[in-house]
Amino acid sequence: MTLYQRDRTWHPPALAPDYKTSVARSPRQAMLSIEGTVSELTGPRFGHGAITPLDGDLIANYAKDGDPVGERIIVHGRVLDENGRPVPRTLVEIWQANAGGRYRHKKDGYLAPIDPNFGGCGRVLADDQGHYAFRTIKPGAYPWRNWVNNWRPAHIHLSVFGTAFAQRLITQMYFEGDPLIAHCPIVQAIPDPRAIDALIAPLDLNQAVPLDCLAYRFDIVLRGRRSTVFENRPEGN
Amino acid sequence: MPQPLNYLKETPSQTAGPYVHIGLAPRAAGFDIYDTELGFDAMPDDVPGPRIRVTGCVFDGMGATVRDVLIEVWQADAAGLYPDQPGAAAGFRHWARVVPDFDTGQFTLDTVLPGAVLGPQGRMQAPHLSLWLVARGINTGLQTRMYFADQDNAADPVLSLIEQPHRRDTLIARGADGHYHFDIHLQGDKETVFLDV
Repeated sequence: MTLYQRDRTWHPPALAPDYKTSVARSPRQAMLSIEGTVSELTGPRFGHGAITPLDGDLIANYAKDGDPVGERIIVHGRVLDENGRPVPRTLVEIWQANAGGRYRHKKDGYLAPIDPNFGGCGRVLADDQGHYAFRTIKPGAYPWRNWVNNWRPAHIHLSVFGTAFAQRLITQMYFEGDPLIAHCPIVQAIPDPRAIDALIAPLDLNQAVPLDCLAYRFDIVLRGRRSTVFENRPEGN
Repeated sequence: MPQPLNYLKETPSQTAGPYVHIGLAPRAAGFDIYDTELGFDAMPDDVPGPRIRVTGCVFDGMGATVRDVLIEVWQADAAGLYPDQPGAAAGFRHWARVVPDFDTGQFTLDTVLPGAVLGPQGRMQAPHLSLWLVARGINTGLQTRMYFADQDNAADPVLSLIEQPHRRDTLIARGADGHYHFDIHLQGDKETVFLDV
């Protein structure tokens, strides 16, 4: 088995000076390209043992004395590879701010209040066809110290595993129509506008629950994999 | 027009940001939500192999510690085997998450010493940990490896690909006999070799 080359011109570059923290945290030397070995072409798998159905419901998984405040939404989609094949039973983890843009993190000092009934993290295993779904509150925009007046668009952070450690991916999902997307140095670090579009979840009315919550659809594509052909690899597939 | 190649494009990466712990290590973020936090569960006592402890720090280009980094570790068991390979150690996760102390920036990893792993063309790879780093300011997670100073690294097929010999040392943890120290430098004179796998 081998993975398709990651297209590093499609991903954001390590050094994106308008995103100031990247200046001192980006390598200056070229990366060393290696053929994947078993060390990179295998990866952790997760069973249902450690994960409960409640973990994927952010409206309920930290509720103490009521529901969290904010716009109730479903975020759902599929995890696919570049061949369009589903990545079954892979772990998807998300985290986000609350409706006011405040994170439940001891390092977040934004003046917007914590929601006592909202934790802001969830995790699910995709099903056999790669489908995943969360129920949550739409996060608010929040300010950050980059330029003096920088505001992150509403976003949900996602972490996905796939089947190989070299497929490991963390990204952010944005919401259709958010005018802050065009102004965000983290988003705009991505050079190709088509790649930015791939991070914007459309409103999905078909999956909304009438009189209950709206829905957004977000498909995730991981690196493609193929069996090795015409290559003399003693370690096999 | 030739036939189209209808491959999808990989979802673009984005930084994990400063609050990655909320999603991947909520206790470190300051709250308790899951019965089991993945990647931090203790290793069962019956996993075979010598126990090791790795400590270290991640540094930015100015030499300051990166205190909001999250590191994932993927490794073979003591026999050099990964899950699903015949004979792989039962009960060993092979995978861990590491978060440094927010005040000092130092991280600690407790695991077993991996064995040598079969590599390309039947060559053996020296014992190593595969590491993946995400943090604020890192747009795409960085892959690297950690080797051990007291193991035989001379014939390792990955280390030998590094053109400048002194840069190979950036992947070798100092120490011996189960206690190792490994610093990762994101940038600068001591910059760690990162991998495009």
